[in-house]
Amino acid sequence: MTACSQDRNVLAAYLDGELPADQAKSLDQHLRSCPECAAEVAGQVSMRRAMKPAATRFTPSAEFKRKVQGQIATKQSARLRWMWPAAVAALAVMVLAVVWTRQSTLRNQAFREVADLHVSDLASANPYDVVSSDRHTVKPWFQGKIPFAFNLPEFAGSEFTLLGGRMVYLHQQPAAQLVVGAGRHKVSVVIAQESSAMGTALPFSRGAAVRDSFNVETWEKNGLRFYVIGDAEKGVIERLAQALQGANG
Amino acid sequence: MDRAFFEQLAMPLFDQLYNHACWLTGDRADAEDLVQETYAKALKGFSSFAEGTNLRAWMFRILRNAFLNSRSGLKQKTEYLEDDEAGADEAVAHEVTPEALFLATESQEMIFNALERLPVAHREIILLCDVDEMSYREIAQVLDVAPGTVMSRLSRARRSLRAALGAKEAVR
Repeated sequence: MTACSQDRNVLAAYLDGELPADQAKSLDQHLRSCPECAAEVAGQVSMRRAMKPAATRFTPSAEFKRKVQGQIATKQSARLRWMWPAAVAALAVMVLAVVWTRQSTLRNQAFREVADLHVSDLASANPYDVVSSDRHTVKPWFQGKIPFAFNLPEFAGSEFTLLGGRMVYLHQQPAAQLVVGAGRHKVSVVIAQESSAMGTALPFSRGAAVRDSFNVETWEKNGLRFYVIGDAEKGVIERLAQALQGANG
Repeated sequence: MDRAFFEQLAMPLFDQLYNHACWLTGDRADAEDLVQETYAKALKGFSSFAEGTNLRAWMFRILRNAFLNSRSGLKQKTEYLEDDEAGADEAVAHEVTPEALFLATESQEMIFNALERLPVAHREIILLCDVDEMSYREIAQVLDVAPGTVMSRLSRARRSLRAALGAKEAVR
């Protein structure tokens, strides 16, 4: 049937681009002069062209593709996902530790300063700028001397006696120091504006603490920082603190 | 081993591998299993994959081996055995003139049907060559055979496709 002896497989290899250059060139020549082979090539070409749509006959769903892609990347990102909270937690712990250390240093400084105020007051020959047991005398005295106002509880009838007050500086800021008698003990109440320099971002433990054998209680209320310090027993300090908190609630 | 690097290289082959898997299995669910297995195995063996060699051929080969070991693949495995027997379709194929071929290829459905009915070994090599446009060298890597085997198997496969189309044409 085929008069031309040309092998069809060679024609196919030619179309596949797999024929060595010299063979391809001579076949080029041959095709121009052999209608039979030219027809065969045309037939094969059309078959190949008809086959091309087979390349995209089946397309994966986006969902399936995402799934496999996720599986490829999963383990790494899963590990990262898992590590994230741990890393954040570790970082938070570090930050807290730094802040806490810093705060406790500041707090210790603040206490030391308050303790110094208290001690120097006790030792002073002139312990009070204003001497009065009347809170209505003491409180107005501070007007214009300190940039804030505070309230004092009524001491009459209580175990406490207001002895007097003076203006002091705490952390280079004006503060009010009140001296309250409790039995034979003198207790200082120092009131200043709250500032971050005093290291109060973290709450103190509730109740009075012991520092340098002084009992101390401190709290913050409405932007004011209160310290109650003295050698009176712990319960006394706490009751005085409660009275002050009640007056400044 | 870099997962991101693998992803970057292998994901562009996804559609092609999936399409090929569908042609091999004739079933989308089976094809999905196959593709999934292929990517898992390729990722696992990616460290042993030599950079600079043909990733596409490598992945098609993994897909093919997974197919041969799968349930649908095992059913068709025997078809590979007839590979060496001389083409019984030879005579028929010779009867199919280029003109008849022309007519047959006008119907895409007919081509697809003929392809689907081919033995899997023939369907596979025709797809690799004509559809995925691989070189004989690449095909040899996928099938794990000598390049000379690619040529002879390809010509047998084309003859049988041609015979199938010619038979269709005769019926029409």
